Amino acid sequence: MATGNVNHIASLDATQKKVSRTPAQEAWGRLIRNKVAVLGIILIVSFLLMAIFANVLSPHNPIQLNSGKGFLPPAWVEKAADGKKGEADFLLGTDTLGRDVFSRVLYGSRVSMMVGFAPTFIIIALGTFVGMMAGYYGGRWDNFLMRLTDIMYGFPDLLFFIIALISLRDTVIGQFMNGLFLLFFALALINWVGIARIVRGQVLSLKQKEFVEAARSIGVKDSQIMFRHLLPNVWGPVIVQGSFMIPGMIITEAILGYLGLGLKPTTNPDAFFITSWGSLMLDGQTSINAQPYLLLSPAVCVALIVLSFTFLGDGLRDALDPRMRGSQ
Amino acid sequence: MSTYFIRRFLWLFPVLFIVALITFVLMHAAPGGPWDRDLSARQVDAGTQKVLNAYYGLDKPLWRQFTAYVFGDVSAKDGKFVCGVICGNLGPSYRVRGSSVQDILFKPPKGKSFEYSRFGYSLRLGLISLAFAIVLGIPAGILAALKQNSWADYLSGFISSIGISVPNFVMAIFLIIIFATGLHWVSVVPKNWDEVKAWVLPAVVLGFGTLAFTARLTRASMLEVLRQDYIRTARAKGLHERVVIWRHMLRNALIPVTTILGPALAGLVTGSFIIETMFSFPGMGRAYVTAISQRDYSMILGTTLLYVLMVSLANLSVDFLYVLIDPRIRLEE
Repeated sequence: MATGNVNHIASLDATQKKVSRTPAQEAWGRLIRNKVAVLGIILIVSFLLMAIFANVLSPHNPIQLNSGKGFLPPAWVEKAADGKKGEADFLLGTDTLGRDVFSRVLYGSRVSMMVGFAPTFIIIALGTFVGMMAGYYGGRWDNFLMRLTDIMYGFPDLLFFIIALISLRDTVIGQFMNGLFLLFFALALINWVGIARIVRGQVLSLKQKEFVEAARSIGVKDSQIMFRHLLPNVWGPVIVQGSFMIPGMIITEAILGYLGLGLKPTTNPDAFFITSWGSLMLDGQTSINAQPYLLLSPAVCVALIVLSFTFLGDGLRDALDPRMRGSQ
Repeated sequence: MSTYFIRRFLWLFPVLFIVALITFVLMHAAPGGPWDRDLSARQVDAGTQKVLNAYYGLDKPLWRQFTAYVFGDVSAKDGKFVCGVICGNLGPSYRVRGSSVQDILFKPPKGKSFEYSRFGYSLRLGLISLAFAIVLGIPAGILAALKQNSWADYLSGFISSIGISVPNFVMAIFLIIIFATGLHWVSVVPKNWDEVKAWVLPAVVLGFGTLAFTARLTRASMLEVLRQDYIRTARAKGLHERVVIWRHMLRNALIPVTTILGPALAGLVTGSFIIETMFSFPGMGRAYVTAISQRDYSMILGTTLLYVLMVSLANLSVDFLYVLIDPRIRLEE
């Protein structure tokens, strides 16, 4: 009898402890129990550190030319196609002009990490605002959003980026930040619509719920309802969608760089952004017969960072909305 | 239902018009004209520029240039009306002197049939990779669902996660390094596109993402159907397992799979230009990339419009197909 009571109280304790955790804490707990997602986070953090400390970590100056040491294969290659042997000093080999590939790849991570994060904040802010207005007020906001979506449905993103970057490349905006600003702007311009549509859908169903009705019946202002009652409920899907968007933007940057349209590679040693993985791949492509390893290292980096963001996105989706588990 | 599709079809025209407008405005926002940065470094002098501008109608006001491009205008040479994009005339190429954009895209080399034009090459590549994706993706998904949690399921799950998350150009680089520079099975830049061997790598790379997506979707859709009551009924009345799978499961499970065909085809079309460039494939995508590097504005504009038209038509026809094959879907007006 007594032990039964103790057990009962213990279980009551346990449930109370569980209740006292906020939804965000519970989601975090689910996320860090997901091994694959944790692997993704670790990789992302290491790439971030690489990007921030590229100037400290790189063994050579990324724009320093080493004459007579062009086209060296990576250090572990005994004999490349052209008979050259890798040198331990140049871990991933050198490019046509004898620049150290490892240092250049390190610096390249800066662009990819910036492209992944910088536009995301604009996208989330703008997308949430327009989606909220469209879902809550409907009418003109909603029409605007839906017509815009119809147009974008027909206009493949990549084509828009290509055209925008080609034509605005030599204007004032295109010159700003070596062309990176224009890229961020174009990415944000296209991607916010996806967030807005998700928020709109959520708000449409949420505003029928009792708690919104209750708030409205006691005279809470519209702006209060939107930001106090609706916003906390749409954060989950927005974060999940945002994390799935980041790898897409990194890939886009790499493709555009590969087409010679992204960051303009600089020879200014003081510049923060020296080169990008996309332009490194462009360099590699032009000499693919002579030195395939040049293409390999930026490609592996792109693949790794994209995989880690996908892992994180999957983990976040499962953690924030367990019902959606396993869906696309 | 037919009004729905007529409305969808008519909506294509404003979309194309707006896309043309955006593209046109952006192209003309670029400083300088198409002549003054000829990459061949032979600078065109002012007098010649004037003549060229008059010849191509670039001396007219912008709105007039736009209407001339989209609808057509009276020719400066002989006063005849020349029809614009709506008649399929994409205008002269600014870089390839003497040929129009539609010639570059659709005209096969002398003595060859249509499939040897740039468009024909790209279309063939797209269809081959789509076939590759479907022929392997659907059986893989079915197998994974029927033998859920077996090694076949895990293997196909692993391969499809790679296919979905690794971008196709990265995959292309890996495959080139393994099969071309490593094993020497194919040459890095194939010269002769009449050989079947040369098509394997580009088609595999291009179709791999779609394959992964198809396999995943088929598996999910099959698992959904497996739990339905009518499957239990079919088994309960003693039908042979083969009949249950073929007639009751597949028929229902494959319906959602058709929906991805549209986006997949669109992805194959627009995703192809980077792959075509990597393999020096003589298709439309590479012509587009070349036009980008040469700043051939009319070519870029024309190819973009063509891409948008293809993507929209693919989406529309797939939506149509979906309604056609699934009698449960009734669109409300």
